[in-house]
Amino acid sequence: MMPIGHYLFLSLALFLIGAIGVITRRNVIIVLMSIELILNAVNINLVAFSRYFGDVAGQVFALFIIADAAAEAAVGLGIIIAFFRNRETVLADEMDLLKW
Amino acid sequence: MLDSIIFYFFAGIAVISAALMITRRNAIHSAVFLITTLLATAGIFLQLRAEFLFISQIILYVGGIMVLFIFVIMLVRLDVPLPQIRSGLQKWIALFVALAVGVEAGVVLFLARKAPGQGLLIPNPAPAEKLPPNTEELAKGLFGAYLLPFEIASVLLLVAMVGAVVMAKKRTDAP
Amino acid sequence: MNSALHSILVFVQTWWVELLCAVLIVLVVPLIAGYIVLVERKVMADMQARLGPMRVGPHGLLQPIADALKLLIKEDLIPDNADQFIFWLAPVLSMTAALTSMGAVAFGPWFQVARDINIGLLFVVGVSALGPFGIVLGGWASNNHYSIIGALRSTAQLISYETTAGFALVSGFLLAGTLNVRAIVETQRSDHAWYIFLAPVGFFTYLIASIAETNRAPFDLPEAESELVAGYMTEYSGFRWSLYFLAEYANMIVVASVGTTLFLGGWLRPFPNIHWLGWLDAGPTLLLALVGAYCVYRAGKQPARVQSLFMWAVALACFVVAAIFGLAAPFGHPPLQFMYRGLYGAFWFLLKVSAYIYLFMWLRFTLPRFRFDQLMRLGWHILIPLALINVVDVSIALALTSEFGLNRWLAMFFTTLATLGAAMLLLRWNDKYSAAASATLLADSSIVEETNAG
Repeated sequence: MMPIGHYLFLSLALFLIGAIGVITRRNVIIVLMSIELILNAVNINLVAFSRYFGDVAGQVFALFIIADAAAEAAVGLGIIIAFFRNRETVLADEMDLLKW
Repeated sequence: MLDSIIFYFFAGIAVISAALMITRRNAIHSAVFLITTLLATAGIFLQLRAEFLFISQIILYVGGIMVLFIFVIMLVRLDVPLPQIRSGLQKWIALFVALAVGVEAGVVLFLARKAPGQGLLIPNPAPAEKLPPNTEELAKGLFGAYLLPFEIASVLLLVAMVGAVVMAKKRTDAP
Repeated sequence: MNSALHSILVFVQTWWVELLCAVLIVLVVPLIAGYIVLVERKVMADMQARLGPMRVGPHGLLQPIADALKLLIKEDLIPDNADQFIFWLAPVLSMTAALTSMGAVAFGPWFQVARDINIGLLFVVGVSALGPFGIVLGGWASNNHYSIIGALRSTAQLISYETTAGFALVSGFLLAGTLNVRAIVETQRSDHAWYIFLAPVGFFTYLIASIAETNRAPFDLPEAESELVAGYMTEYSGFRWSLYFLAEYANMIVVASVGTTLFLGGWLRPFPNIHWLGWLDAGPTLLLALVGAYCVYRAGKQPARVQSLFMWAVALACFVVAAIFGLAAPFGHPPLQFMYRGLYGAFWFLLKVSAYIYLFMWLRFTLPRFRFDQLMRLGWHILIPLALINVVDVSIALALTSEFGLNRWLAMFFTTLATLGAAMLLLRWNDKYSAAASATLLADSSIVEETNAG
């Protein structure tokens, strides 16, 4: 049985890599993928605690997060497609319609 | 001991794939590495004896969300590598901040447990053989204590479905 | 390091049967898939009043080996601007998904890799959902218009019919009350019936969805030769193509196994657990003896001597296997009786899976192909609502059984009638709006336009 600190550290590492991805990348689709990575890191955290405390609430919450991530990815990608149809770009620098 | 081997195997794949994912210029390569990260995360769930979550991750995340991502990447046709003109400073700052947070958390997680009554709580997890069947436990939780969030999640998915269809539809009829 | 090695050795020692099953699956399934191809060609020939492959080996039996050798020694072509990494990865993904999903399938009461996992059949369904990745990445990596269109069409078809297949399986899971593979078959034994009789709508919806899931005719537009060259497989040659092909036939075995386990009683004989029909237990022995007798009968009529010798050899093999089955029978030789459940179970299971796959082939050579928009309309407008209504009706039937004490068969019968009534209303509604629906569907089909406009 692994000590829980290992799972928490793994979750933290994935969270930080996802955060770097969100901050650093120009391509909005890759930003969305990094957000999915962040959600996964949180899931690992929840499931690790659920196992160690014997409470199924952690797994229930993780299941809701997966469903929620699916909904968010669908709507986010729909927005990207709609924007791409208008502006022919998916780079974050070039989405500057509200700048003056 | 076997637990450690399996954990380090899946954890290594997850972290390395994630790092590769955020550094590829080709979006399809990033998507493929995200798929391996998600599969490794599913392996971690299996190691934590959360079997239903393991298969939910594979069916929903890998089999559903990643297919959606790959479709969209192909539709926007920007899978060729783009010239990167951003300033080099931003990624070094991000890396430094991430490293700082990581080291700080590592200190808290791995050193603080030596002090009794402080730092990380070390509970005694149940051994794997005495665990109740996972699907039944999850069902009891989902349809018992957490029924309201379950119903709200279904409404949320309906709203997301309608929203995605409306956003991605082409305007074929003029008002 | 030492304790790591020690723990791995302990693991192998405890689970050696399952590991052996896994190795057998990886080694034997490609060979079996090759022979299913031969059977398909022979069945196609039979339905078209000709003989099929006859030259390579007796009655063409070495044809798959010859094909495999040819594919192995073919030149390995990679298109010019193709993405090398993904071009290599895609067939590997397809094959891995197909073989891994066989891990939880129980081919008979003894042969199963992942025994007693909680999620049982859902594991098979979920891991085979990784199949479409191999298709869409392969089509994209080929850098070819036909490949991309075929890949996108195929993946859209697969993910659409996955929902239908899932709902149809849910109606079976509701009846069984569990996801565990063994427990599903045991509940069918204790219910004295296969679930196809209790939930026929679920079975037939799953049948149609599984035909679409494996890209078989009449849903084989993505890989039809007259349509898109070979769809996503166009640029693949030699060994890579054989991986895709084998993955497709392995997928066929997987969906047939899932359908058999859940709806056709797995490894149980027909009318399980009914004592006065216990003489059906002698079925395998009798069937094999009959086949052997038929071979003896045909052996005299063969035109060439070598062919009649071959028929005698086949008849001898049938009689030997029938003798083994007879010895392991419940009334047979006592030390061999422990083989009874394993052998007989495996025989019934393989017989049912073969019947299911024969049905696939029969439909392939009988029905014309669906157009892509007709296919999507069937999936989304007709089958998904039907599968949803079926789940609701099965739940109502089970609630009636457990709350009001109604007989299970009666409840399922009435709710099946209700589902069929709803299905007819659905079809009528669809026909009423179908002219307008297909017009907007064709105008809205943005897949072809998007890939051409970019």
